[in-house]
Amino acid sequence: MAKTIREINEKIRKGQAVVVDAEEIIDLVAQKGAKKAAAEVDVVTTGTFGPMCSSGAFLNSGHTKPRAKFSKVWLNDVNAYAGLAAVDFYIGATELPDKDPDNSVFPGRFVYGGAHVIEDLVAGKEVEFKATAYGTDCYPRKEVRSWITLANLNQAVLTNPRNAYQNYNVAVNRDGKRVIYTYMGVLQPGIANANYCSAGQLSPLLNDPLYRTIGIGTRIFLGGGVGYVWWEGTQHAPAVQRLPNGAPQVPAGTLAVCGDLKQMNTQWLRGVSLVGYGVSLGVGIGIPMPVLDEDVIKHCAVSDADLVAPIVDYSTDYPNCIPGNLGYVSYKELKSGSITINGKKVPTAGLSSYKKAKEIATILKEWIRKGEFLLSEPVASIPTPESGQKCKPFVEKPIL
Amino acid sequence: MASEKLVLNFPRGIVREPVVYRLVKDYDLRVNIMRASISPDEAGHMVVEISGDKRKLEAGRKYIESVGVTWQPLSKDVHWRQDRCVHCTACVSVCPTSALSVKRPEMVVQFDEDKCIGCELCIPVCGYAAVEIQF
Repeated sequence: MAKTIREINEKIRKGQAVVVDAEEIIDLVAQKGAKKAAAEVDVVTTGTFGPMCSSGAFLNSGHTKPRAKFSKVWLNDVNAYAGLAAVDFYIGATELPDKDPDNSVFPGRFVYGGAHVIEDLVAGKEVEFKATAYGTDCYPRKEVRSWITLANLNQAVLTNPRNAYQNYNVAVNRDGKRVIYTYMGVLQPGIANANYCSAGQLSPLLNDPLYRTIGIGTRIFLGGGVGYVWWEGTQHAPAVQRLPNGAPQVPAGTLAVCGDLKQMNTQWLRGVSLVGYGVSLGVGIGIPMPVLDEDVIKHCAVSDADLVAPIVDYSTDYPNCIPGNLGYVSYKELKSGSITINGKKVPTAGLSSYKKAKEIATILKEWIRKGEFLLSEPVASIPTPESGQKCKPFVEKPIL
Repeated sequence: MASEKLVLNFPRGIVREPVVYRLVKDYDLRVNIMRASISPDEAGHMVVEISGDKRKLEAGRKYIESVGVTWQPLSKDVHWRQDRCVHCTACVSVCPTSALSVKRPEMVVQFDEDKCIGCELCIPVCGYAAVEIQF
């Protein structure tokens, strides 16, 4: 018995939609079977919260008097890209203050960066704004210094080119002596710890492994507000090795998302300082899955035991683009607190918060149950495994 | 037998007083030094676990005060900021005493201040500055 998004929305409007999260659906399908569950359930909600570096926000400050066409912009001393129209600029999550010591005293602490500027704006704090301009007849002003707040900006649009990675590496350090500091956290030598970063069974793209319901225009929970998928994410690589259930065994799909920063909340949008690596933005995303048929619900019923991630060495293999891995482990094993690598018990830790992922899936569930959040029909699909699309390496042509 | 974890603050000039020796010798206390540091201006901090007879422990603390060393319970100096913690669990695998642990299957991070020894290993691995240690 197939359903359409339109029919599901009708039920949502009437407050009659049956909504469960991607954790609850596992037992439900196990008990009732996919067919019965698909007939009963209308929407399954997913969630994820973790550092997502490819994030940032387009801001429009409004025009100063007299007008200026900003050439350079700084927010709390963090450079924002101003190569746009007069008072538009983009604050990138990983940007550091001009005078940040970065990794010159290794490992650097990276206490503040673009992601923290975004968090401060969302928290309603005043942010120090500085801009320089060369001056034109129509935009004569050459310098601006002021405090700004999110409320006073015209638009503030969180615009993230790559979020919600479908699966991710489990990072280890195979080096014999050296501690390494990575975007996957601090890794002890001799494979003494392993860090993973996915919500597993709650993760949006692991519940829609073949991108059947998520596409361009999909309405989502983003940072506490309502957002949208605006494109496939950068490095979207659907053509990878997959399990029989369709789930990729390695990092695969990604999403480009956007949403109104003014609706967001620092509970779901947080600056992250990764020692020795840099700054990132902790982003909370939740995506509803319309239960169109049995096939959709079967994918949503996937559990941590059915999903695997590759163990990758970040001391030599990852930095040098050496393919391959040290094997696969399930998310069930990863979440147990330890995994076995080469016969050795290795403690695991997450960078993605399962607790927050669950909270997001729960909030989204409530929004839909109350009729406050309707599902959207994607206006176009994102590339599927059949497209053959992979993540290409940089093609270097030496400049002589 | 009583036991307590204390942070001892040695003001400048007292670092030469053999405080630990006295606590052991004169007060019959067991002193486990968890960490000790002296800053460039010669003020020092020591994190210790002291155990022994309850009355002797009290006397030991009075002795420490009498030589000008101030102290406070270690738990007063270690703050796990629940409002900042996102429960990613990154800290849990580095915590040597399981003061930071995960409640499963909810994957919720919990902090047991009684188990904390103030080693600070969790501080750099927490990307959200959720653990604060002051001494």
